[in-house]
Amino acid sequence: MGHFAIVAGQIFNGFSVGSILLLIALGLALSFGLMNVINMAHGEMLMVGGYLSYLACKIVHGPMSLLFAFLFAFVGSALLGALLEVTIIRWLYGRPLDTLLATWGVSLILQQGARSLFGPIGVEVVAPAWLDGAVSFNHGFLAGLSMPYVRIFIIVVTVVVLGLLTLFIARTRWGLYLRAVHQDREMAQALGVNTKLVDLLVFSVGTGVAGLAGAALALIAPVTPTVGQNYIVYAFLVVIVGGLGSLFGTTLAALFVGLISSAVQMFTSVSLADVFLLVLVIVFIQFRPRGIIFARSRNMKEA
Amino acid sequence: MNKWIKVACDAALLLALALAPYYLSSYHLSLLGRFLALAILSLGISITWGRAGILSLGQGVFWGLGAYVLAMHLKLAALAPGDMPDFMMWSGLDHLPAWWNIFRNPFVALAGVILVPTITAGAMAWLVFNRRVSGVYFALLTQALALVFSTLLISEQAYTGGFNGLTDFNTILGHEIIDPGFQRAIYWITLVALAVAFVFCRWVLNTGFGKVLIAIRDGESRVRFLGYSPAAYKTLAFALAGALAGVSGSLYILHAGVISPAMVGVVPSIEMVIAVAVGGRSSLTGVVLGTLLVNFGKDAISSAIPELWQFVMGALFILIVTALPKGLVSLPNLVLRFKALVFKPSAPHALEGPNV
Repeated sequence: MGHFAIVAGQIFNGFSVGSILLLIALGLALSFGLMNVINMAHGEMLMVGGYLSYLACKIVHGPMSLLFAFLFAFVGSALLGALLEVTIIRWLYGRPLDTLLATWGVSLILQQGARSLFGPIGVEVVAPAWLDGAVSFNHGFLAGLSMPYVRIFIIVVTVVVLGLLTLFIARTRWGLYLRAVHQDREMAQALGVNTKLVDLLVFSVGTGVAGLAGAALALIAPVTPTVGQNYIVYAFLVVIVGGLGSLFGTTLAALFVGLISSAVQMFTSVSLADVFLLVLVIVFIQFRPRGIIFARSRNMKEA
Repeated sequence: MNKWIKVACDAALLLALALAPYYLSSYHLSLLGRFLALAILSLGISITWGRAGILSLGQGVFWGLGAYVLAMHLKLAALAPGDMPDFMMWSGLDHLPAWWNIFRNPFVALAGVILVPTITAGAMAWLVFNRRVSGVYFALLTQALALVFSTLLISEQAYTGGFNGLTDFNTILGHEIIDPGFQRAIYWITLVALAVAFVFCRWVLNTGFGKVLIAIRDGESRVRFLGYSPAAYKTLAFALAGALAGVSGSLYILHAGVISPAMVGVVPSIEMVIAVAVGGRSSLTGVVLGTLLVNFGKDAISSAIPELWQFVMGALFILIVTALPKGLVSLPNLVLRFKALVFKPSAPHALEGPNV
């Protein structure tokens, strides 16, 4: 394997990790930007999505089972998110640190619930036959590089989700409401936008996308009760680097985090790569304290 | 009149705690000692979170730094000069690293227990607050710090003892640690440390410094416009919390006899915050009682039905944060207000205390 192939392989890994982080972070960034709410149970939405896709694959067989599993995971996590919003988060607006703690309680309950239902050991989702195999290079300067179809599929899913979300925000009426609430909640309310419904919609779409990420992740790793914990801290770093409520910023940040951590892992261990990543994020906020992309505002709101 | 009743209550409580070695079993005494040590850390969280509004989800890091520094000293104290701890030999190190060796000296270790976490906490806080990043961002960064710290401890096995951590402490300053008489002494040292820390924190909160912290919590921009530097105040408060956490960690391992990465990561760090929230984040008495209550509760529940604890803790967290944000210490006040509302509808706010 040549140097080019190793570097290209790590870049591919970076995109692969980054795309899963992006699916998780999109919901976090949207609901944080819009509602100033941090959902610590977001990682558990990923876990729920993984288990739902496992259940779906038990019920439906055949080549189209995966499609059904993704749909099931999305709808299930979105409904759970909606339930969470209505029962807890709605009552804690304006107290961001408290939402963080209350949703941590939710995450503990969901984790233990999963452990009681499915056991502490992970369950496996077997990827369908048409995702077996990899794009391999046997000749030329990329000889030895191998890109599994499953990972390419996950990147494609991420791109599709990102495209649909962009269309939704830029082209639909509810997307317009969302942008209005993001810019000025009171004014939007005064003009007749149902902000509560917008909040509910954004929050559940965000958790649904996290569930989708869980279904995607289930294809490459077993689903365990604590699978969400492995990703959520990185997803938060993505939100910090990306800035609030900007899809573009979040995308850049997710790729940045994914690429950096897989690049650093070439030279050191995984745990030292984590240290490096945190140091880099702290250095980054010295230069751009409000993230890559942020909306300029004269608002003195202290969040 | 009221004041004297309060003083009498405090004195009775302190006396009951001081006499605990004479009526508690050695198992329960060890638990009480651990939880009193943890209460020192909770005082720090009360200052940063309760007063200044800074939520840290990484107090386990500073607690762990204090604990590890003392644990390094205890490991070295049990060895002849020139020897190495067993796990280092198993990991193939051929000599003791210099940054381990300096903690052989008990005074350096004692200074390290306070200085290492204080400096780490101060540096972290300054780098973040100086750029006016705060609130949720700071909480998330400290959580990332806790994750990084615990994974680093596990992976650098040759220097930290890895997943098993550091244990088998025998002597401190020439005393046998497991000797029952010395265990009693450690308990009293912990109690005195907690009392001193409590009085110190109460004094700090009554100074101008404490008032500025509350002002920062309630309106950081206004404080800045008045010419103060909120970043400096918040950094100082956070460094103080770091020092208290370090002392707390070092006292804790004298009771527990072990420190491992599982005790300092993301989950233990959040459990520390739960205890404070349950007691009442802005009341010093509240956080001490909350810490004792939550930890004894955890011990009782998780030894009876292990699976139940996570459900209970999750539900407790949701309930306290949504329904009782000022913690259990606000209950008597709420009851009085409720009574006043029911029996004297004309003066519903008569018994409302100062809003701190």
